[in-house]
Amino acid sequence: MKQKMVLYFPSTVTEQPFTYYLIKDYNLMVNILKANINPRKEGRAVVEISGEKKDFLAGLDFLQSRGVKIFPLEQEIVWVEERCTHCGACSVICPAGALVLERPEMTVKFHNDKCIVCEHCIKACPSRAMEARY
Amino acid sequence: MVKRTYEEINAKIRAGEAVVVTAEEVISMVREKGVEETAVTVDVVTTATFGPMCSSGVFFNLGHTKPRMKMSRVFLNGVEAYAGLAAVDAYLGATQVSETDPGNKAFPGEFNYGGGHVIEELVEGKEVLLEAVAYGTDCYPRKKLEKMIRLEDIPQAILFNPRNAYQNYNVAVNLSDRTLYTYMGILKPNMGNANYSTSGQLSPLFNDPFYRTIGMGTKIFLGGGVGYVSWYGTQHHPDVLRGENGVPLSPAGTLAVMGDLKQMSSRWLRGVSFLGYGASLMVGIGIPIPVLDEEMLKYTAVSDEEIFAPVVDYSEAYPQNLGETIGQVSYAQLKSGEITIGDRVVPTAPLSSYHGAREIAMILKEWIKNGEFLLTKPVFTLPLSGEKINFKGLA
Ligand code: SF4
Ligand code: SF4
Repeated sequence: MKQKMVLYFPSTVTEQPFTYYLIKDYNLMVNILKANINPRKEGRAVVEISGEKKDFLAGLDFLQSRGVKIFPLEQEIVWVEERCTHCGACSVICPAGALVLERPEMTVKFHNDKCIVCEHCIKACPSRAMEARY
Repeated sequence: MVKRTYEEINAKIRAGEAVVVTAEEVISMVREKGVEETAVTVDVVTTATFGPMCSSGVFFNLGHTKPRMKMSRVFLNGVEAYAGLAAVDAYLGATQVSETDPGNKAFPGEFNYGGGHVIEELVEGKEVLLEAVAYGTDCYPRKKLEKMIRLEDIPQAILFNPRNAYQNYNVAVNLSDRTLYTYMGILKPNMGNANYSTSGQLSPLFNDPFYRTIGMGTKIFLGGGVGYVSWYGTQHHPDVLRGENGVPLSPAGTLAVMGDLKQMSSRWLRGVSFLGYGASLMVGIGIPIPVLDEEMLKYTAVSDEEIFAPVVDYSEAYPQNLGETIGQVSYAQLKSGEITIGDRVVPTAPLSSYHGAREIAMILKEWIKNGEFLLTKPVFTLPLSGEKINFKGLA
């Protein structure tokens, strides 16, 4: 089976080579679509994992047992343009360069393809223009 | 030497002949043609700002009930409005949060709904729940009221903001090792970012640094409608260090403004929430500056390179009110996306929308060009304590 998902690594485990274990011990294919470690050393990665169902489930169990949290990828961040005031506050909060204040226009653009669904912008946006959708 | 009176400018506006440019456009005109020639051409320069302004709110007269009621506590969508006024008058402040808001108990609090949001929803035409209680008197017997209302049902709603449009403001950084949640936004540890909040060269009081044309009675763009400067704002403090161009090097002048809420737009009055801090209201303000003479034109041509803001540490200096700054940076640097403090390059973010300010300046320009908006001469200009003004430059 094959599935895309978001992995969240608390700061205590970001040093560990999870991809290596998944490949070597669980015989899985791991395709990293996006990855990021934020300033507090927490990490998030969007990955596609494929392999035999048995290996797949065991691999996910292994990740969870090591403190990695797994979220379904259906979660997506949307930018509600009508609510956006182009204040720019999000531009220093987004760790992935997905929310950018374009100069000299001074307008904010959202690059969905760069978003790693870390959700930092949701509460950082004063106008609540960023929403998580499932 | 150009000289213009308010009357002459208004005659040109009425005739549809006034030359109006924004405070951004005038900069390049002066760079091309010089102050003298530009002053001959331009009659009015429009300035603007669109940012969070906590000292904002609305005076309501909610209308009399049958039987009558002297409301002692009033809530709009669960947000309390101060009712210690006559029977059905109340004042809703932008930063008042809903009664059920947990505040900062689970830090950082989200403050999703406050007075600013109620104001935005009313202006948008949405229904809002009005709840009021009273102790009851012989002349005002009613004790309780619950009713859905819209802005159009309310006899009067006057936006009255005691402090808006600050002339300059701090650039906030965080020298500590924990994240700070402030009214200047989220400040990452160890100077992870620097947040600022004025529209720089477009900002009204940067373009009239000595308040020659702005004062009580100045007609302005307010929240998408027409409003007036009604007084100098709270904390108005002109006696600060200024650059050679007269522009204050730290927060200085402020404005109190007012206008009829019913003709405003939710596009330019936006409820906002600052994580860990509270709720507020983003207010759009545009102020026309008459080019009375060359000196006035020169002031309006000030550019981001010539306006400086103090950098303040919000982990210590600001909360402890130590009055210390850790440097000065220009708005040109701030707008470039990074500033250098000591040997550190720090990414910057604005909290006020330059894009919005630019749009307001354009709208106001169109109003004036179309003859819909005449200028008013203030009854008195904002106080400027002459003898104490210190012209010390940056050095
Ligand atoms: S913080 Fe929100 S309102 Fe401001 S620019 Fe970003 S998305 Fe837009
Ligand atoms: S969720 Fe928001 S802050 Fe996180 S990467 Fe996406 S846009 Fe940036």
